[in-house]
Amino acid sequence: MLTYALRRTLISIPVILLATFITFAAISISGDPLADLRQLPNITQEQIDNVRESRGLNDPLPSQYLRWVEQVAQGGFGEYLISPRPIWPDLRRVLGNTMQLVIAAEVIAFFIAVALGVLSAKRQYSVFDYTTTTLSFIGYSMPAFLFALFLQVAVVQIFVRTGVRVFPIGNLSSPNPGTGLSFLLDRAWHLVLPIASLAIFSVASYSRYMRASMLEVINSDYVRTARAKGLPERTITTRHSMRNALIPTVTIAALSFGSLLGGAIVIETVFGLDGMGRYFFQQLGRRDPYPIMGWLTIVAIVIVVFNLIADILYGYLDPRIRYD
Amino acid sequence: MTERPVTPRHEHGIPAPQDQPSGAPQLSDGADELPSNVVEVEARSQWQLFRRKFFRHKLAMGSLVFLALIVFAAFNAERIAPYSYDEIDVLRANTPPTFEGFHFFGTDQLGRDYFSRVLFGTQTSLRVAGLVAVVSTLIGTVTGAIAGYYRGWIDSVLMRITDLVIIIPALAILLVAASFFGQGDPLRIAIILALLLWTSLARIVRGVFLSLREKEFVQAARAAGASDLRIMFRHMLPNTIGPIVVNMTLVLAAAIIIEATLSFLGIGVNPPTPALGVLINDGRSSMQTLWWLTIMPGLALVAIALSINFVGDGLRDALDPTQQES
Repeated sequence: MLTYALRRTLISIPVILLATFITFAAISISGDPLADLRQLPNITQEQIDNVRESRGLNDPLPSQYLRWVEQVAQGGFGEYLISPRPIWPDLRRVLGNTMQLVIAAEVIAFFIAVALGVLSAKRQYSVFDYTTTTLSFIGYSMPAFLFALFLQVAVVQIFVRTGVRVFPIGNLSSPNPGTGLSFLLDRAWHLVLPIASLAIFSVASYSRYMRASMLEVINSDYVRTARAKGLPERTITTRHSMRNALIPTVTIAALSFGSLLGGAIVIETVFGLDGMGRYFFQQLGRRDPYPIMGWLTIVAIVIVVFNLIADILYGYLDPRIRYD
Repeated sequence: MTERPVTPRHEHGIPAPQDQPSGAPQLSDGADELPSNVVEVEARSQWQLFRRKFFRHKLAMGSLVFLALIVFAAFNAERIAPYSYDEIDVLRANTPPTFEGFHFFGTDQLGRDYFSRVLFGTQTSLRVAGLVAVVSTLIGTVTGAIAGYYRGWIDSVLMRITDLVIIIPALAILLVAASFFGQGDPLRIAIILALLLWTSLARIVRGVFLSLREKEFVQAARAAGASDLRIMFRHMLPNTIGPIVVNMTLVLAAAIIIEATLSFLGIGVNPPTPALGVLINDGRSSMQTLWWLTIMPGLALVAIALSINFVGDGLRDALDPTQQES
């Protein structure tokens, strides 16, 4: 188990290094990182040359890249090229905001999906089952950003027709969110639409897994035994069948964390939230390779870690699984 | 995704006993079932069996017809669309969806007809998705076939490469790759997507090949002196076609959605070329008043992805040998 986890982690390190190097090369070749600096009204060629020299822009690409790796290894993502501010505080802020969104969506989606999956398995081929099946097909086929836009259109139309502001369609907080509980409530109110748009796909996919594995468990011998013992149906569902049926669903949920993070990046752009997605697109325009590489590294690490958690969780929940 | 009860295999033509929970109606093939006392002994080829099952899946059939219509309309957009995609008519600007003047999806601030724009956009999106499906299927099939057939170190190397592509944070790579190597060109976007979407097929094909290579017909072919290539592609591949086709529909739907997302974010297909994601993004700025500019291309996108998924579901049911029709 431990060796498996270690091996997985070790494999992912060269992958991240390769990805960041290609990115670095691509950004460096594609444009002049000091273009913004040149725009300043009273800047001299000498100053620009000084910046180039001091930031090592005249060095060959590989040595520039190695310097970046060194900085990362020392704990930090270096500074922006234009202004000597460290990158990490910005990255930490947007990562925090994105994580709020992703974790809330993941937890909510998981509980809804488990409930839907169990109910439709218990009532297989009922109207309820068909309805959730159809809805989950639609959920599969709807890109997250589109659902977000549809929600925005609906909320705006409600506002135009009735004057009621149901949910905000942008920003993380009101101008004066207050502190403590009122801040939390305000944040939650702002995140309702983003979370809903992000969760829809996960609900669709997790509930299918839950339904399938529940159906498998329901027809197994030990559940029949439980029923033969005369246990109440409720106990059979919650204590006997659901627990085993949860195993694949939990794994899928953990494995999907990466794609959920991807969804969040898109959703943030739609709602204008100050998160990883907006940060990426802001920095993209600047041709400064360092923040993009920091961003890529962070996203990659988060995804790799969650894939690892999924594997470990699976082995823990189902002792029959062996890793070699 | 809709599991029907798995009835045990029975002798050909003899109807299966009702061993499902009582009162459970069949999903889609309830109405047109043959009378249960008809015993057929007529031999049927795999293809006929498949066709019969698929044609009975009404949702899948309906979706297939719908898709065929859309594909036909999109690829003949030059002839079918009432207007060209960039034709400006200021007098008819901001028209909501109407039958008058064939503005089924309304017009934008410049009076461009959105029905025509959606048709042209669908063409671009389908082109990209189709290319992704073909290229990724090729990569996945060849990788999986070689790994499964030769086993040993070739298998190890190919599967490690596959693992690598699975482990990489696809989304992060995708965003960066699309913005730096995509350059708004549909062809480049398609290739980037294809390079990320072949892995699950490679694993599936490898699995099937591992079991097929031990079968008698493969040994017979080998004894008859067939070359490796001939065994792989003439004898074994036809037996793998089911999972490949099902996986292709999944990739197709995924590619349509991902391309739209990238184009929406401004790093997919570049604006002058119409694509569904581009149109949705165009409509976004005036979403509050001209809602149809967002909703109509959006609905088109969902309809296409949904019908592809339904067709895939029907194919899966029809190709699943554990499900015997009555």
